[in-house]
Amino acid sequence: MSKRILIVDDEPHIVIPVEFLMRREGYEVAIARDGEAGLEAIRAQSPDLVILDVMMPKLNGFQVLEAVRADPALSSVRVLMLTAKGREAEMKKGVELGADAYIPKPFSTHELVATVRSLLEAED
Amino acid sequence: MIGAPLIVGVSFAYLGLLFALAYWADRRADQGRSVIGHPTIYALSLAVYCTAWTFYGSVGRAAASGFGFLPIYLGPTLVALLWGSVLLKMVRVSKAQRITSIADFIASRYGKSHLLGGLVTLIAVIGVVPYIALQLKAISRSFTILLGYPEVVMPDPAGEPPLWGDTALVVALLLAAFTILFGTRHLDASERHEGMVAAIAFESLVKLAAFLAVGLFVILYVYDGFSDELARAREVPDLQPLLSTSVGSYGDWFGISFLAALAVLMLPRQFQVAVVEIADERHLERALWLFPLYLLLINLFVVPIAIAGKLTFPAGAVDADSFVLTIPMAYEEPGLALFVFIGGLSAATGMVIVETIALSTMVSNDLLLPSLLARWRGLPPEADISRLLLLIRRGAIVAILLLGYLYYRLAGEAYALVSIGLISFAAVAQFAPAMIAAVYWRGGTREGALAGLAAGFSVWVYTLLLPSFAKSGWLPGDFLEHGPFGIALLKPQALLGVEGWNETTHCLLWSLSANVVAFVLVSALREPNAEETAQASAFVDALKPQRSAHLALWRGRAEIDELIALAERFLGPARARAAFVELARSRGVEDLERLPPDAETVQFAETLLSGAIGGASARVMVASVTEEEALGLDEVLDILDEASQIRDYSRELERKSRELEEATAELKAANLRLQELDRMKDDFMSSVTHELRTPLASIRAFSEILRDDPEIELGERKRFLGILVSETERLSRLVNQVLDLAKLESGHAEWQMEELDLKSVIEQSVTSTSQLFHDKGAAVFQALAEGEARVLADRDRLVQVMVNLLANAAKYVPAGEGRVEIRLESGAGVWRVTVADNGPGIPADDLPIVFEKFRQSAGNGEKPIGTGLGLPISREIIEHFGGRIWAEDRPEKGATLCFELPWSARP
Repeated sequence: MSKRILIVDDEPHIVIPVEFLMRREGYEVAIARDGEAGLEAIRAQSPDLVILDVMMPKLNGFQVLEAVRADPALSSVRVLMLTAKGREAEMKKGVELGADAYIPKPFSTHELVATVRSLLEAED
Repeated sequence: MIGAPLIVGVSFAYLGLLFALAYWADRRADQGRSVIGHPTIYALSLAVYCTAWTFYGSVGRAAASGFGFLPIYLGPTLVALLWGSVLLKMVRVSKAQRITSIADFIASRYGKSHLLGGLVTLIAVIGVVPYIALQLKAISRSFTILLGYPEVVMPDPAGEPPLWGDTALVVALLLAAFTILFGTRHLDASERHEGMVAAIAFESLVKLAAFLAVGLFVILYVYDGFSDELARAREVPDLQPLLSTSVGSYGDWFGISFLAALAVLMLPRQFQVAVVEIADERHLERALWLFPLYLLLINLFVVPIAIAGKLTFPAGAVDADSFVLTIPMAYEEPGLALFVFIGGLSAATGMVIVETIALSTMVSNDLLLPSLLARWRGLPPEADISRLLLLIRRGAIVAILLLGYLYYRLAGEAYALVSIGLISFAAVAQFAPAMIAAVYWRGGTREGALAGLAAGFSVWVYTLLLPSFAKSGWLPGDFLEHGPFGIALLKPQALLGVEGWNETTHCLLWSLSANVVAFVLVSALREPNAEETAQASAFVDALKPQRSAHLALWRGRAEIDELIALAERFLGPARARAAFVELARSRGVEDLERLPPDAETVQFAETLLSGAIGGASARVMVASVTEEEALGLDEVLDILDEASQIRDYSRELERKSRELEEATAELKAANLRLQELDRMKDDFMSSVTHELRTPLASIRAFSEILRDDPEIELGERKRFLGILVSETERLSRLVNQVLDLAKLESGHAEWQMEELDLKSVIEQSVTSTSQLFHDKGAAVFQALAEGEARVLADRDRLVQVMVNLLANAAKYVPAGEGRVEIRLESGAGVWRVTVADNGPGIPADDLPIVFEKFRQSAGNGEKPIGTGLGLPISREIIEHFGGRIWAEDRPEKGATLCFELPWSARP
C-alpha cells in the first residue's frame, strides 16, 4: 500500500513542485487549497502524512495542526510544516503544537524528500 | 437716710459677690469648663477702659465744655477698625512667646533686653500710679457725698478723714487682697486669669447699667423726654456752651482722639485684657463692634445728665463730676443713688485690679527679677524659687496699691490729680512707636527703642508732668511762665514758640516726635543683630505660618535634665514636670528623659519660663544651662532667607510636578503609539519576508528538480522553467516595490517634476497594459474630458500609478467579460481620474484599508488582498504631488479607484 500524502497550501507555484516530488517517490498525493478544505480532507481521507503550510486563507496551518492533534482519531497522521514563517519562535510553536517536522521555505528538495521518507518509514 | 453701715454693708456685699464670681469662674476653668469662652465677655472686659473717670468725669467735662468729652471715646471707636491686623499680630506673637506684659513685649522684640523692659516698667508705673490714686479718690468722695443724703454737700477738701477711717485705704487693702487671690494663683503670668476676667466683665455691665439708669431717670422722670429738657435748658443763658454743637478747636479734637486711640492699646490694663487674657483670637471680631457699641451706650446720656445737673443745682454749688450721684440724691431716690455708687465702685475697682496685676507683673519680671538675677550671677541659689517669685509679685501688688493710696493722700485736691487722666494717657503713648514698629518694621534695634522711649518720656516729663506739679504748687511756677532760665523758647507748654495749644496736644506733638525721630535715627546706626532679626521675623510675620524657621534659628547643646531642673526651680516641680510630660507626649516620646535635647525642646523650655519670669530673663536662664552657638547675623539671615526660599521652591516644585505629570501622560501616549508602530513594522517585516520567501522557495524547488532529474519530459520541463522565470520576475518585482516604497516613505526618492498632460499619461499606461487586458479578454473604455489636463508631476511616477491601477483592474475583472472604464473629469481646482472595473469589488469594510501596507484582513494569517504594495506606493506618489487617492463604493459592484491632482493651469 502506497502512502497517501496530503498537501495543504494555497500557493500553486509551491504545490506543483512538491506534488511532483512526492509522486516521483511513489506516494499518492491529494491537494487542498486552504486550511478549512485541508482539515476536511484530513478527516475524510486520513492521510499518512500532511504537508502543511501556515499562511493560508480561512484557517491557518497552526489552527489546522491544533485541530488535528486534538482529535484522537487522527493521532496516526504525521504532520510536516512547510512554511515561509521560519523564525525560531514559530518553529518552536509548531513543534509544541504537535508537528512531527518543521521545514522553512525556501527548502531543499532533498531535505524535504528525506524527511517525508523517514516520517513514513517510522510508522512501520 | 443712708447710713454709713448701709453703704459699707452694700459695698462689702458687692465685693463679696465679685469674689464669689471670680472663685466660681476659676473653679470652672480648672475643671476645663470655661465660662469666659464667649466673645461678648472679651468685649466687656475691654470696657475696663471706662473707669471712674468716665463714670463721674465725663459729665464733669461735658458740663464745662459741651462735647469736649467725646474725643476720648471717639479715638478708640475709630481705631477698632484697625484692630484686626495689629492686635491679631500682637495676640499671636504674645501667645507663641508667652508674653506677660507690655514691657515683656517690647523687651522680647528688641533683643530680649532687660534694660528696655525696666525702662518701660518705670514709665508705666510713673504714669499709671496717679491714675490708680484717682480711682481711690473717686471712691472716697462718692462715699462721703452719699453719706450726706438727703443733703447734697460737697466734701470739704481740707477735712481729710484719719487714716484708719479712710474708706480709700480700706478699699485699697481689699483690692490688694482680691488681686492677690485671683491674679496670682499661678506663677505663670501668661496664663489667663479667668476668675478675674469674669469679675471685670460683670463690673462693666454693672457700671453701664447704673449710668443708663441715671440717664433714663433724668430723661423720663425728671423731665418729659429730651425735648422738654432741651427747652428748659435753652431758657438758661448759662447753658449755651453745652447746647452748641461747636467742638472747639479741631486740633484738640484730633489730638485727643489720637491719644485715646493709642491709649486704648498701650495702657497696661488694656494690654492685659486685650492680649494677655484673650481666650480665643476669634473673639477679636466681635469686639471690633461690640466695644464701640459699649462706648456709645455709656456716653449716650452724658450731655442730658450734665444739663440736668446744671438745671437742678445752683451754679457752682455742686461739682459737675458728682452729678451722676447727686441728681438721684436731689430727687430723693436713695435706691438709685446707692446703685450709682456701686456703679462708680465697679468702674474704679475694675481699673485698679487689672492695672495692678499688669504693673506688678512688670515690676516683678522686668524690674526686680533682672537685678536679682544679676546679683545671683545667672543662677538662683535656692532649688525652688517659684515661691519666692510669687511672693515678689504679691509684694509688688501691695506696694503699688499703697503707692496709689499715698499719692492720693498727698495730692488731695491738687490739680495734679484731677488732670491725671490725660497725663497718664500721654505717658503710655510713648510705648506706641516701639510697639507698632515691633510688628511692622524689621529695622528697629534695642538702642533705638531705648532712645525713643527715653526721649519721649523726657519730653513728657518736661511738658506735662512738671507743669502739673507747678500748677499744683509743688514746684515754683517760674519756669512754666517764662521758660527755664528765662528762655522763652523752652517754655514747657509752648516749646519753640508753639503757643496756644491745648497742653495735652502740645505734649503729644513734641514727645511723640522726639520719640519717633530718636527711635528711627538710633536704630539706623547699626543693623539689627541676630536676636533682633530673629524676633523681628517672629513678630512681623506673626500672621504667616513660619514655625520651622523659628526653630531652625537655634543651635547648640543642652541636657534634658538640666532644662527640667531649671523649669522646676521657677515653676515648681509639679507644674514643670506636667508641662514636659505634655511636650513628650506631643512629640511621641515615652518619657521626659528621652526627649531629644534639640532646638524644639529648648525653645519650649524658654517659652515655658517666659510665662513666669519674662522673655528676657527666660533667655538668660536657658542660655546658662545650654551651650548655645551664637548665630551670627548672616546665619540668621541665611536661615530666614532659606525659609522664604523654601516656601518659593515648594511652590515652584508643585508647579513643576504638575507639569511633569502632564508631560508623563504625553510620554505614555507617545510610547503607546510607538509600540503600535513597532508592532506594525514587525507585521510588515513578516509579511514582506513571507512574500519574498514564497517565490524564492518556488524558484529553488524548481531549480533543484530540473537539476536533479534530467529525465523530465520536455513539456513538463518547459512548464517548470516558465514558472521559474515568472517567479523570478515576481520576486524582483516585489524587491523593487519594497525598495521603492522605502525610498518614497523615507523621502529619498528623486522626482523630476514637469508640467504634463494627464491624457498623455493615461494613453501611455493603457498602451503598456494592453497586453494584460488582451490576455484577460477585457475591454478598456475611456471617457476623457475635453482639452488638456495639465498637472505638475513626475511623468514616470504618474505612469507607475496608472499602470498599477490598470493592472489591478486587469487582475480582478472576470475573464472574458472584463470591462474597465477610465474617466477623466475636472473638479474644483483638480483633475479627477477614475478607474472602474466590473470585478468582485472591494468590501465596504476594506475600503479605507486597501491602501495600507499593514492591512491584515480579519482572521489570522490570511493573505493580504492584491499585490500588497502597489496601492501604498501609488498613494505615496499621488500625495507627493499634492493630490489624494481613494477607493469608492459602487452600487453595481466592482472596484472603483480614484485620484485627484491639482491643476497646474486653468483648463
